[in-house]
Formats: sequence, structure tokens, C-alpha cells
Amino acid sequence: MGSSSMIVLIIAALAFSSIAILIAKIVTKATTNPQKGEPYECGIPTKGTTWKQLNVGYYLFALIFLIFDVELVFLYPWAVVAKHVGWMALVEIIIFFFILFMGFLYAHKKGALKWK
Amino acid sequence: MWNFSNIADSIHKWLNLTFSPTLATIIEMVIVGVCVIGLFAVLGLVLVIMERKVSAWMQIRLGPNRVGPKGMFQSLADTVKLLVKEGMTPTGADKFLFNLAPYIALIVAMLLMAPLAFAKDFQMWDLNIGVLYIAAISSVSVISILMAGWSSNNKYSLMGAMRSGAQIVSYELSAGFSVLSVVVLAGSLNLNTIIQSQADGWWIFKGHIPVFISFIIFIIAVTAETNRAPFDLAEAESELTAGFHTEYSGMKFALFFLAEYVNVFIVCAIGATLFLGGWMPFHIGHWEGFNHIMDYIPSSIWFFGKTFFLIFLIMWFRWTFPRLRIDQLLNLEWKYLLPISLFNILLVTAMAILGWYF
Repeated sequence: MGSSSMIVLIIAALAFSSIAILIAKIVTKATTNPQKGEPYECGIPTKGTTWKQLNVGYYLFALIFLIFDVELVFLYPWAVVAKHVGWMALVEIIIFFFILFMGFLYAHKKGALKWK
Repeated sequence: MWNFSNIADSIHKWLNLTFSPTLATIIEMVIVGVCVIGLFAVLGLVLVIMERKVSAWMQIRLGPNRVGPKGMFQSLADTVKLLVKEGMTPTGADKFLFNLAPYIALIVAMLLMAPLAFAKDFQMWDLNIGVLYIAAISSVSVISILMAGWSSNNKYSLMGAMRSGAQIVSYELSAGFSVLSVVVLAGSLNLNTIIQSQADGWWIFKGHIPVFISFIIFIIAVTAETNRAPFDLAEAESELTAGFHTEYSGMKFALFFLAEYVNVFIVCAIGATLFLGGWMPFHIGHWEGFNHIMDYIPSSIWFFGKTFFLIFLIMWFRWTFPRLRIDQLLNLEWKYLLPISLFNILLVTAMAILGWYF
């Protein structure tokens, strides 16, 4: 079908989910209650706002992920031709991994991979 | 045996003879869309009942057994129940993002269906960069989870979403590396070419120990990526109530649930395609008689059989391993799986260059 299948699938997903939600909206009967809209935090009244700063640990993992993910994208074209190029491909990728691994070790040494 | 390309061709010819080319194309698109929606719904129902039955079986109890024969229509009844429940939005939630998140989860799951080869010559889009497409689209799913968790104005949801973000993003790396090892051996990103390269043996057998290692890493990584136990920190029932979908109810919750189960199916289908030969039947060397019998089993049954075997494996994990803590989880990825998979790629490359596979 070619690339038009992407459009077909997006439309199919949108149609499926909106029809389902629409039917649910027609079938159900909404009730109102002062306590109904409160966030469910195991029954205890909520304290403070939800949207505040979170542990920086997640942030560091995201940064390291970015480095490795870009590397992964570089590897895709290499992986396709590696078998034809032969030993040179292996040597090149060893150099590439060596540089990356140094960065990884640096991050490890700096304690970026430690959960605080 | 049944040849799906013949059926598709004859439908295509008949439509073109009866209607104008534009209308025929539109009708074909509608047929494909309806088929995919049907597959989606059926998969959701089957996987939910399978999950409950497998869980029951693992714990020596009966599981759902009231609706239909042996409780087989339980998930259908659950769907009706979810349909008549009110889908509410909590006060103080970001309404736009809260309502948008289930749509994105569903669109991502649906888009991942495109390059899968369900049977011989039965594929929506024979894409020459199929593996890259899957890697690219599947990483969007984390956005829907973050969106849902952030917008529902609930601390548990936010915690669950943040954990899930860190987890999915981390495990995507080792999943990508383990997929790459097959790409190196097959020398192509096209899923169909990868399946064809396994005609004389699946990669898990042909590739010796390095491919087996990457298969194990792949299974661990996709279990984490689909937020399933023992990596279900994002929705850990006992600590976060339900994680990012605590506040969702009714049909929106059902859509999240459906997308989650279809994602499990899709990652298992990709695993079956890359490592277990997709729709290729099981052949042993030169045993012509045996190979001939195996060829009689339709290719779609091979594909779905392998996929459901992997799904069963992932469900088995849930009742075998206890849940990990978040720091243990990230340690496992960054200190063990990632270095192992980096080293494994080098081994596989050396093996591919030397030609050490059958």
C-alpha cells in the first residue's frame, strides 16, 4: 500500500477512539458531586500543588540517553553495510565505541548513574 | 496453500474494473482501515482474557469462569462495563492534554502495525527501513504516558509517568542494540528481507550464542518498554495505585489498556520476526519429509504462534520475578545490559564478517 498506509492508520486510530469515546458519552449519565473531581491519592486530602520540580536523577538519565540514542541512529546505516565492508567496518566501530565508552565511564565516575 | 497476495490482487482488480481508480483506492483504504480496527479490537479482547487465564493458571485458580464457556467472553463483558462508565476529568487537570493522551497512545500502537508481515506476502507497507520505522515510532509512546501523568494533577500519576519516562527511554537503547545485531547479520533494515534471510534457519539458531544473548536482552528490554511486570514501576499497584492512569476512567482508560496490550503484541511480533523467522516455517537441515510437513502449516499460523509464544513468555515473567526498585531497574540497564549489548554487537559483527553462521 505504500506510505498512504500511515495516513490510513492514523485515521483508523482516530476514528476508532473517537467513536468509542462518543458512544460512551452518549450511553453514560454524568453525575455531579463536590468531591468527585478531587485527585485520587488514596483518600487523603491533597496537599500542595502537583506541578513542581522533581528529582534531578531523571534529568541526568535523559541526558545520557540522548548521547546513546544519537549513537544508535548512527549505527543503523553502518549495520546495513557492515557485512559488505568487512574488517574495516569492525575497526571503525571499535574506535567509535571506544570514544563513546570513555564518555560513559566519565559519566559513571562523576556519579551520574547513581540514584540519589 | 492460501496465498494472500492472490486474494489482494483479485480484490484490487475487481475494484478497479467496477469503480473509477480513485474510488477503488479509497475503498481499498477503507477495507484496510476496517481490517486493522478489527484486528486491534480482537487482539485487545484476546490478550486480556489470555492474561487473566494465564495468571489464574500460574496461581492454581480458575480465573474468570462465569461469562460464556469457561469465561471466554469475560473481556467482552468488561468492555461493555467500561463503555457505560462515566469518563470523568478531575478538577484542576489540564483538560486538553488529559483528553489527548489516550488518542496518542492508540495512534502509536496503530502506526506500528504498518510494516509487520502477518503472513507470506501479507503486509501493509513493505518498507525498506522497517526496523528504523519501528524504532522511531515506538519511542513516541513515552510522550503519551508523560502527557497522561503530568496532566492529571495527581502526584501518583506524575511519579508514575516520570518513572516510566526514565525506564522506557533507558531500555530503548538495549532493545535497539539487540535489534541491530540481527540487522548486521541480515544486512538489511527491510523486515521482509530479514524474514527471507531466515529461510534456511532462524537467526536464534543460525546466530549461535551472540544472537541468543541479544534475544534475551531484547525480551528483557521490551518487557520494560511495555511497562510490564517485573518492570511495571510506572503503574505499580501497591505503591502508586495505578501510576499514570490513576485518574482515567471509562472509555479513556479502556483505550490506554487496549494500546498497552496491543503494544505487547507488537513488540512480540517484532521479536518473532527478527529472531524466530516471522512466518517462516521451522526447518531442520535436509530432512525433506519433515520440512515438507512443516510447509503445510499456513504461514499466518506460524507467525501468530511464535508471537503468542513470546507473549506467553512475557506473561510468565510477571508471576516469576518480583518487582524491581527504580534504582535497581536503572542499574540493570546502564551497568549490565548496555555494556553487554555494546560488546555483543562487536561479537556479532566479527561473526558476520567471518561468515560463522550457516
